[in-house]
Amino acid sequence: MLDLHGYGPAIFMGAVLTIEVAFLSLLVALVLGLLGAVAKLSPYAPLRFIATVYTTVIRGVPDLVLMLLIFYGLQIGMNTLSDWIYERFDYDFFINIDEFVAGVLTIGFIFGAYMSETFRGAFLAVDKGQIEAGIAYGMNKGKVFRRIMFPQMMRHALPGLSNNWLVLLKTTALVSLIGLTDMTRLAKEASASTHEPFVFFVPVAAIYLLITIVSEVGFKAVEKKYSVGVVRG
Amino acid sequence: MDWLVQLLDSNQIFTTATLLHYWDGFRVTVQLVFISLLIGLVLALPLAILRTSKNPWVSRPIWVYTYVFRGTPLLIQLYLIYYGVTFIPGIQDSIFWFIMKDPLYPALLAFVLNTAAYTTEILRGAIVATPLGEIEAARAYGMNFAKTMRRIVLPSAFRRALPAYSNEVIFMLHSSAIASTVTIVDLTGAAKDIYSQHYAPFPAFIFVGLVYLCLTFSILYVFKQLEKNLLAHLAER
Repeated sequence: MLDLHGYGPAIFMGAVLTIEVAFLSLLVALVLGLLGAVAKLSPYAPLRFIATVYTTVIRGVPDLVLMLLIFYGLQIGMNTLSDWIYERFDYDFFINIDEFVAGVLTIGFIFGAYMSETFRGAFLAVDKGQIEAGIAYGMNKGKVFRRIMFPQMMRHALPGLSNNWLVLLKTTALVSLIGLTDMTRLAKEASASTHEPFVFFVPVAAIYLLITIVSEVGFKAVEKKYSVGVVRG
Repeated sequence: MDWLVQLLDSNQIFTTATLLHYWDGFRVTVQLVFISLLIGLVLALPLAILRTSKNPWVSRPIWVYTYVFRGTPLLIQLYLIYYGVTFIPGIQDSIFWFIMKDPLYPALLAFVLNTAAYTTEILRGAIVATPLGEIEAARAYGMNFAKTMRRIVLPSAFRRALPAYSNEVIFMLHSSAIASTVTIVDLTGAAKDIYSQHYAPFPAFIFVGLVYLCLTFSILYVFKQLEKNLLAHLAER
């Protein structure tokens, strides 16, 4: 069998960490994505402008550059802030931006931009008559969103969402570069000390592939659920 | 030119030396991206045609290749090739070692294999979307498979693939930043050097981010012009 030189359990923990980072950043991305989509469709020009700048800039810059900027920059920013507060108010505190927080925030921030585009397109795809019908039934704005917009929007958003999720999952490998011990970093360390790169990188790649396959199956099921009302020719 | 010299002398980070370092990185990034896209496209075209084959012994292996390369992180693929190539038995004595010991070539190989997988799927989708009537018409004119492909299917498939391919080009530009993890001094690598020299993350990384942003916009502009010319028949009147 596969001889992992005792690194097996560590790499398993690394895989758990990868999944944690992926899910938490997905959560951040979904929240930012919904906010971004609402801002892009809002009647207020400043909101639309901010959202457009956000999605354009984020999608134009490599994830690694953003990650390095946020990881190194946020700590310096925080230190400056705490210095300033210490001088002004004589109150001493220190906030440590660790790799985990920086990684999750960066990936969430990046994919929030992609999610905004997905959600925006999906909101626009919902027939306007549906919303009017909801209002005619006397539903208020929240109810129209919950009962009419959201379920129909999800059907249009799901293919984009699943795509974004799969890209996000692969992007989590980058957190190994800012010092987080995810499975990519562990595999790199293990292969460096044992001089057997294939033994470690191939199983780790297989785990990523496995998560991809499981996600695809899961999304198929969810898509089926949200397409109940659609007649296929 | 005096104002420029003055400007460069007035700060510590954007001096002539660091700007030249950025310029070298810029050249490495553009070369790396351009060459891998070019080779990737050349590889992807036959793969995409074979991938549409009805014979599962032909199309399945290509599907496995594209699925694996699209389903795993590029960083892992790069590590696997960069660290793995040293351990291929006998490679250090062969002529390939001369090439492969430079980190640029393992990185290029990883990028080519990755972009070829994505491009294959993009082209396949475009080929499959050819209207059946066009192919029947070609057959009725007595064209064989090669001629049908060359004259009927591929010209329109390339056009259909253009919007998706522009995404792949930008994706490749952004992915190329990870070349800096295997000691290649590309744009990101240059920014890292300058960051660690001056301990100034904001100037170093924001500047390089702006350069990437300009590159992205240039690529988008070129593809917009291409689409305007090649997809003119689909434009709204």
